[in-house]
Amino acid sequence: MVGLQEIFVLKLFLMMCGVTLVGLLMGAAPGLTATMAVALLIPITFPLSTTYALVLTGTIYMSAIYGGSFSAILLNTPGTPSSIATCFDGYPMAKRGEGQRAILIASFSSVYGGLFGVIFLLLLAVPLSVIALKFGPPEYFWLAVLGITVIAALSTGNIVKGFIGGAIGILISTIGIAPVGGSMRFTMGIPNLNAGVALIPALIGFFCIPAVLDMVVQREEEIHLLKTSKVQARLFLETFKEVMKKQVDLLRASFIGLFIGMLPGAGGSVANLVAYEEAERASKHPEKFGTGIPEGIIASETANNAVVGGSLIPLLTLGVPGSPPAAVMYGALLMHGVQPGPQLFTGNSQAVFTFIVGLFVATLLMLPIGIALAGGMTKLVSRLSIKVLAPFIIFLTIIGSYSIRNNILDVYIMLTLGVLGYVLKKLGFEPGPITLGLILGPIAETGLIQSLLIGGTLPHSWMILFKYPLSWVLIILSITSLFWPLFRKIFSNKASNSQQSPDPEV
Amino acid sequence: MERFNKRILSLILVLVVLSLSLTSCTKKEAVYPSTPITYVLCFDPGGESDITARFQQPVLTKLLSVPIAISYITGGGGGTGWSQLTTTTPDGYTIFGTNLPHIIVQPLTGNAGYKTEQIDNIYMFESTPCILVVGQNSPIRTFDDFLKYAKAHPGMSVGGSGEPSSNSLALARLAQLSNLKLTYVSFTGSGTAITALLGGHVDALMTYTSTFIQYKDKWLPLAVATEGRLGILPDVPTFKELGYDLVEKAYRGVAVPPGTPENIRKVLEQAFEKVNQDPEVIKEMENLGFIMENYNEAQSKALVDQLTPYYTQLLETTKKP
Repeated sequence: MVGLQEIFVLKLFLMMCGVTLVGLLMGAAPGLTATMAVALLIPITFPLSTTYALVLTGTIYMSAIYGGSFSAILLNTPGTPSSIATCFDGYPMAKRGEGQRAILIASFSSVYGGLFGVIFLLLLAVPLSVIALKFGPPEYFWLAVLGITVIAALSTGNIVKGFIGGAIGILISTIGIAPVGGSMRFTMGIPNLNAGVALIPALIGFFCIPAVLDMVVQREEEIHLLKTSKVQARLFLETFKEVMKKQVDLLRASFIGLFIGMLPGAGGSVANLVAYEEAERASKHPEKFGTGIPEGIIASETANNAVVGGSLIPLLTLGVPGSPPAAVMYGALLMHGVQPGPQLFTGNSQAVFTFIVGLFVATLLMLPIGIALAGGMTKLVSRLSIKVLAPFIIFLTIIGSYSIRNNILDVYIMLTLGVLGYVLKKLGFEPGPITLGLILGPIAETGLIQSLLIGGTLPHSWMILFKYPLSWVLIILSITSLFWPLFRKIFSNKASNSQQSPDPEV
Repeated sequence: MERFNKRILSLILVLVVLSLSLTSCTKKEAVYPSTPITYVLCFDPGGESDITARFQQPVLTKLLSVPIAISYITGGGGGTGWSQLTTTTPDGYTIFGTNLPHIIVQPLTGNAGYKTEQIDNIYMFESTPCILVVGQNSPIRTFDDFLKYAKAHPGMSVGGSGEPSSNSLALARLAQLSNLKLTYVSFTGSGTAITALLGGHVDALMTYTSTFIQYKDKWLPLAVATEGRLGILPDVPTFKELGYDLVEKAYRGVAVPPGTPENIRKVLEQAFEKVNQDPEVIKEMENLGFIMENYNEAQSKALVDQLTPYYTQLLETTKKP
């Protein structure tokens, strides 16, 4: 309980409020990621006590992930890679004039997922860390394969085009030095391409630029996408009840986020997509996904905030960070002389206990600050004319892609991919599958090549891919996910034959 | 209302552009240093370079009386940053963290975007020697066991971080010296190599002393690639005493762009030398498994010159078919 007393020191509480606000803004700005927010905060917290430093870095991590949903909903551009799937239903909802509602749904889901992750971190960190270790190269390969099958679910229109899009993404991800072996591929002799196409500039390019070009091409009156209703108490309560009724969806997404967060090779960028796919698969009306329904936002936003607690489990118990922002926090832990290990949970480590309690409070704190900020943002975006908004977003995209690695080449890459993305979108290739390929391609490749290297002692090296039970679980999930649309069709046909289906379209 | 917003926005834009253009033209003073120095790291925050720089930062700020701002240019195993180093204005206000053997090996294996000679190392301040480790539950208990196991299981997997890297080169050298078939499995990103050994996905790990120190309760060290035994690991034998001429460590230092004036280089060299004498820095670094090194500019150059033929030959003889 000493942990609680420390949190309610006014000084720390005020700092947490400030840091939450900064985190939300950084998360909302495309290009400024949670990782960067944590990295920028660490030198500022260095003179503070270990407890303060940990609580504040945890706070900014949590709030930046949540902040990513604002731009996903309002601008159709994920603020961080953790909010890609939030665009799919958030933006259509905002376009209908329900931006406020979409943001409220994202807010409640984020807080739910965040709290869920933190509670598991507090209670079950040590046993859970054992599961994370079971994930070896073959399992990472199959996890990536499972992720790629999400394309089948994502492509509302043409599945073939979805897979071609995914292949384009994987191809782009192979540019640069190979993750295993170190050979150079498709660099065309340009040394700056050795580092490959960074995810964030590509993400900004594929999502932001086509959205802005669309805005400019459309007629002005169509642009005023957001009705400027205030956040009324009624809407707040109604949405809260609506979200809380979907306990199954919330829990499913929370578990997915927690689990994927624990794996060092995957993070929020994978979790939100997998959660979205699983939500669609479990849904009774999967065809409505992508048209702006609450379940889509709930899946993505619950999962990405559950990643936070999940990624801290291996960090604190094993000293292995579960996500890029957690890796930055690892450096902070070492500098403050905190030695990660199971003893942090069994022994009497005051700092870590206070840290987890602080994270809990920070997650709750996001709600009022986030909703107030989102209200202002919605108003701003809805009032700005397209002549101001479009250049301003372009300005943000350039700053964002440059600041990732301080590399001007990333800006050119972003603009090139942006134009490519616009053309592809017009041809029916959505940005979702392309970025999915870009994220999962390297995970699949690394897992596959490492597996084949390790399997060298077996009669055939590929046998290692089918050796472990965990791999089989992932293989079966991938197969069902791939053929799910087909199963569903057969199933629903039968259902409509035997009993009169209320939905005549199927 | 719309018009009002537009005006405010354009005002902000003008201010941002102005402030950006101002910062780029104020660094022309006679006394060095008179404005903040940017310390560029070529690896992600949270790694060894970052931890070292964070310890140095407060001491350097005090010594040079200007703020030291740490920033990151990452990617390509550090290569992206180092190729930018060669085109940075040589005014001493942007300095870069560098690593050996990376800056020797990368230009040897392809178009890295820079040449080893273009990296003017001012000071090499620490190193992390390679160490061969297995899990506590492994049947391998000693280096001798390791050799026997490798003979019985040709192609046994040994994990490590990056390729080509200090880890991969150490293993290549070991395979060459012992005439054994060892498979190097390269891991990327923080943590994945560590979990690979903790989870038993690889048979052994070639890692750095700084990593081993974090897991000394869970891992068993077999041999360390240094000239003599290390003070922090007195019970771990060296490869040399076991009969294998394998000395391999990753050095970290700081460099300036080519053409930086002599007086600026001297100021920086002396500052980093003093940082390395700070008892607090030494204590913190050694606790984390880093080995303090003291190579000034001339000695750093000699070190690079001495190691280049070794790595050239090692890469030549261990080239994959």
